[in-house]
Amino acid sequence: MTSTTHRETRIVADPDVPLVRITREFDAPPEKVFRAHTDPDLVAQWLGPRDLTMTIDHYDCRTGGSYRYVHSRDGEDYGFHGSFHEVRPNELIVQTFTFEGMPDGVALEKLVLEDIGGGRTRLTATSLVDSFADRDAFVASGMETGVVEGYERLDEILARS
Amino acid sequence: MAADPLSRVFSALADPTRRDIVARLAVGDATVNELAAPYDVTVQAVSKHLKVLEDAGLVSRSREAQRRPVHLEANVFDLMTKWIERYRRQAEERYRRLDDVLRSMPDEPPAPTRQEGTPS
Repeated sequence: MTSTTHRETRIVADPDVPLVRITREFDAPPEKVFRAHTDPDLVAQWLGPRDLTMTIDHYDCRTGGSYRYVHSRDGEDYGFHGSFHEVRPNELIVQTFTFEGMPDGVALEKLVLEDIGGGRTRLTATSLVDSFADRDAFVASGMETGVVEGYERLDEILARS
Repeated sequence: MAADPLSRVFSALADPTRRDIVARLAVGDATVNELAAPYDVTVQAVSKHLKVLEDAGLVSRSREAQRRPVHLEANVFDLMTKWIERYRRQAEERYRRLDDVLRSMPDEPPAPTRQEGTPS
């Protein structure tokens, strides 16, 4: 199991199953964290990377609902869409996630909110894809070019060894 | 069997004995016998672990006939750590923005109206 442990966001890339799990605690009760995930006006304020403009096409976060949003930078648009499979207020959001640049790829995402007392919430976000190559591409996507370069360098080093 | 290079690295490090071997090699090169000493396993078993680490590009063995010390390829290890750390940092940045949003939110939801999707 490869993980980095910090007081802040913890991340685990499972070696046996193509998934990535992120854990983070928030100084807010589950109701608030849930609302920040379901109200499109609030979602737009934090979900997109800072250097990208996030435009929400629709964001209907309820069981059977769907979403689509577009990240834009320098005239380039990156669309993302998916379905909300199961939404349980203040507890659970199960959704799919597709980057429209790779329309055949899909991640199954499960977000669990736990009340840990003292008005705090532990969030566990799990993303599961159908191959390790997709998982690694998924992790690499949305990262700055430095990472892609790092990945390419890693490939080079591994090819040599 | 994971085929792509990064997955091989992750898989290789999934085993606690192999992680321990990597941790010890971070201190300095060692022979298979030296590496096997603290474990209650055969030199052969340790050799198998080393083969997995070697296939993943994490360690290399010199061609010195007798000793063949094992060497940790720290640059591969660093890159992998960096790779996952960047992803973690990206998530952390996103969640710090969420922290700000949460702080700015009123304690009570305004009204229990469901915001329907309206394609723009």
